[in-house]
Amino acid sequence: MPAFISSLIDEMNMYRDSFDRFDTIYLGGGTPSLLDGRKINIILQALFSSFRFTDDLEITIEVNPSDLTLESARALHGSGVNRINIGIQSFDNNELSFLGRRHSSREGADAIENARTAGFTNVGLDLIYGICGQTLESWFKTLDFALSYTPEHLSCYQLTIEPSTPLGIEYINGSIDMPNEDLLYDFFIKSSEKLEEAGYLHYEVSNFARESKWMSKHNRKYWFHSPYLGLGPSAHSFYGRKRWWNYSSVDTYITSIKDDKMPPIEGSELLTSEQLCLEAFFLGIRTKEGIDLEEYSQKFHCDFFAQHSALLTKLIEEGIIRITDKNLQPTRRGLALADSLSII
Amino acid sequence: MERIRNFSIIAHIDHGKSTLADRMIQLAGLADTRTFKDQILDTMDIERERGITIKSQAITLPYRARDGQSYLLNLIDTPGHVDFSYEVSRSLASCEGVLLLIDAAQGIQAQTLANLYMAMEHDLEVIPVINKIDLPSADIDMVMEQIENELGLDPFTSLTCSAKEGKGIEEILEAIVERIPPPRGDSNNPLSALIFDAYYDPFRGTIVSCRIFDGMIRASQTIRLMSNKATYRVEEVGRFSLSRNKKNHLEAGEVGYIIAGIKTVSDVRVGDTITCDDHPCEKPLPGFKEAKPVVFASIYPIASDDYEELAAALEKYTLNDASFIYQKDSSVALGQGFRCGFLGLLHLDIVQERLEREYDLSIILSVPSVRYRFTMKNGESAFIDNPAHFPEPAQISKSEEPYIRATMMFPERYLGAVMKLCIERRGENSNINYPAPGRVELNFEMPLASVIFDFYDNLKSITQGYGSFDYTMIGYRESDLVLLDILVNGEKVDALSQIVYRGIARPRALQACERLKEEIPRQMFKIAIQGAIGGEIIARTTISPFRKDVTAKCYGGDITRKRKLLEKQKKGKKRMKMVGSVSIPQSAFVAVLKSENT
Ligand SMILES: Nc1nc2c(ncn2[C@@H]2O[C@H](COP(=O)(O)OP(=O)(O)O)[C@@H](O)[C@H]2O)c(=O)[nH]1
Repeated sequence: MPAFISSLIDEMNMYRDSFDRFDTIYLGGGTPSLLDGRKINIILQALFSSFRFTDDLEITIEVNPSDLTLESARALHGSGVNRINIGIQSFDNNELSFLGRRHSSREGADAIENARTAGFTNVGLDLIYGICGQTLESWFKTLDFALSYTPEHLSCYQLTIEPSTPLGIEYINGSIDMPNEDLLYDFFIKSSEKLEEAGYLHYEVSNFARESKWMSKHNRKYWFHSPYLGLGPSAHSFYGRKRWWNYSSVDTYITSIKDDKMPPIEGSELLTSEQLCLEAFFLGIRTKEGIDLEEYSQKFHCDFFAQHSALLTKLIEEGIIRITDKNLQPTRRGLALADSLSII
Repeated sequence: MERIRNFSIIAHIDHGKSTLADRMIQLAGLADTRTFKDQILDTMDIERERGITIKSQAITLPYRARDGQSYLLNLIDTPGHVDFSYEVSRSLASCEGVLLLIDAAQGIQAQTLANLYMAMEHDLEVIPVINKIDLPSADIDMVMEQIENELGLDPFTSLTCSAKEGKGIEEILEAIVERIPPPRGDSNNPLSALIFDAYYDPFRGTIVSCRIFDGMIRASQTIRLMSNKATYRVEEVGRFSLSRNKKNHLEAGEVGYIIAGIKTVSDVRVGDTITCDDHPCEKPLPGFKEAKPVVFASIYPIASDDYEELAAALEKYTLNDASFIYQKDSSVALGQGFRCGFLGLLHLDIVQERLEREYDLSIILSVPSVRYRFTMKNGESAFIDNPAHFPEPAQISKSEEPYIRATMMFPERYLGAVMKLCIERRGENSNINYPAPGRVELNFEMPLASVIFDFYDNLKSITQGYGSFDYTMIGYRESDLVLLDILVNGEKVDALSQIVYRGIARPRALQACERLKEEIPRQMFKIAIQGAIGGEIIARTTISPFRKDVTAKCYGGDITRKRKLLEKQKKGKKRMKMVGSVSIPQSAFVAVLKSENT
């Protein structure tokens, strides 16, 4: 067994019996699809023996299209994985090569078909917009093609350029020309309109579900401050007021587990009420449901409305937020402004 | 008393007053070259940086003259800016003579003239001194001619020197001894002493600088300030050397300091007369005036939590600046603050700078205003310097603003441009003199409000630094005044309201709108910026909103980083002021304040 997997299992054992039932497992971050079905199976079996789970357990895996052969899809399905999220990104080969992806548009389509054939009834696709040279038209082509597979879930991410990546450096040097703010706003709003017309629920800034039951049960935990346990290098965990994270280097992760016989925690933070309050707001405002005002003001002892009445009134008037009987919700336009809304 | 000489140096800025003072101090043996600290008379940092003297101070120079006698030469320094001309007059009142210092290359400037006239009013002996004769561009003949034609003085009474090279200094000291009359007065008379300066010492309280005209003053005596009848027990008296030099007593004719347990500088008034509480003199020395502020503005802390700190800083600041006054004020936009009065715009700059630098405060200033006079239909009249108190327009029967007579001197070639500037600033009744070939003295009557902003800066740049400026108040004149409000998304930003002459309301409003547009960051919605008089909008601009800023992904590992970023942004936002629903940064208030006058 590779050292990594045995470390992972050791780490699980360190947390054995410390938690109540889990209702989701998410195999993601990095490229878990590089692991073959057998290894995924070992990891899942180890999880099952270390922790307790609910009956409606959601098990998601993130895969690269080129890794998802029919065979591997079948193996994953056989191991109990019941939700698959495929990193399609685009169905345009030029865009894919701009993004530096290994797969072609054809391989993307094949991957989806393989997932379906293997029996997956909950398939999610990741797509990217805001690519250099992309027009609304070419983006909609990708989107239409994705929709033709009636995926249960869609994530449409605006391309984020990290300054330290090769793409970032090109961007900073001005050698590539990225869509401007107005166009990105159009991408965002028009995709939302289009997908909602197609019956999808725009339930978070970048996430769409064909029905509410297909929302990512797992990801929603991040946005509602639910507890989660992260295992493996650079995984983050959250419980109560505490957040902690593992070493990001795989080597350090493995040696730390071997030498210290303790969880390989690189850092942690104990959130102050003020920080919890800020997080609850900026995470909540990313979701269509928004923020339960009564719960929020009770939990954080602040009368949110009294503090910001002029601004909130203006934002409601401008159609950026709305107040339902309980919640403060971003409108579609508000979702595009969630960062600014976070610091009102 | 026969061997005391009291004198000042009057000079235009940069003509070398501080350098000359340093040389005289050196020659008197008070400081050798090693312990010599440059320009000893200008003590405060800001003064030094700006090359101007704010606080007048004195120093006693012991001098053994060629006649073999020892003399005490009291050099009384004078502030060098138009804002402080009253202080100058009090310093001059303490002297029997002045050195009129003129730059050999630049010749006579307006400031020189103004101060000379003041010296003449006090019947002082004037010794013209031509400085910087070492400069290749020095033109002694030209200056001699000016002394004759422009000042009406005998040019052959003038001395020449190079303060920089230390040449001609002894001749100056000799001339002081020979030509300036000794003080008159009688130590047996009741005490009368003129306060010409006061400064704050953290250990001793207020140090009062004064000139004794009659009588004597010594420790443990009870003195009385004649303007407010306050009495104090004298703790210490002495002369100013490089530091304070304690003495048993000061007597008629002398210049020195008094320490008497006076808490703040504002407890004493420059120009007031000190007398003895037991045997007071009959009447105070002439010329006392309360220093009257002419420019008013409100100061607010950027973070409202800093209010108490600001209050404490102002209290401390006034310990050392009696001409600065303040009282509580509040603004809807900016919260609690203080309404302050200044002697002029330079004084305002100095106060602002010192509050920010010495007390580490971030403050916002409202648009400066002069003091207007309104007469109501019911016959009552009121002076108003705060736009917040602008009367109901329908009730006003007459509005007036303060006017000044400006005196400017500059080379003739700039006449057209300067005339244009003055006329733009509503100057009238101009008067042109040609005191010497190629030089112009231009007089204009102008509203004070139109020169307080950046008139002097403009004048200097138009005349490439050769123009000088001085002014005197000439009273109130009727003027069509309106209250200009600035609205941001319909909300009045009260701190930006201004009382202005109707004729400039529109350009002023447009400019304010443009400045705000440049400084207010885009927000989630469109921002309309408007200038309005009453209900009438006279200028407007808009700031278009931004529409998308959200980061695409925010999952488990992204949250901490994201929170930290938002915490930072939130802090930045806290430093902005909310007006209705719009966040306005400090820089926006500053930008409007710095508006060029139009
Ligand atoms: N060449 C020359 N420069 C001088 C002389 N006296 C003063 N200065 C320079 O003129 C400038 C202004 O002098 P300062 O004493 O600060 O002038 P103040 O503003 O009148 O006090 C400084 O740069 C001095 O070094 C002089 O006799 N000759």
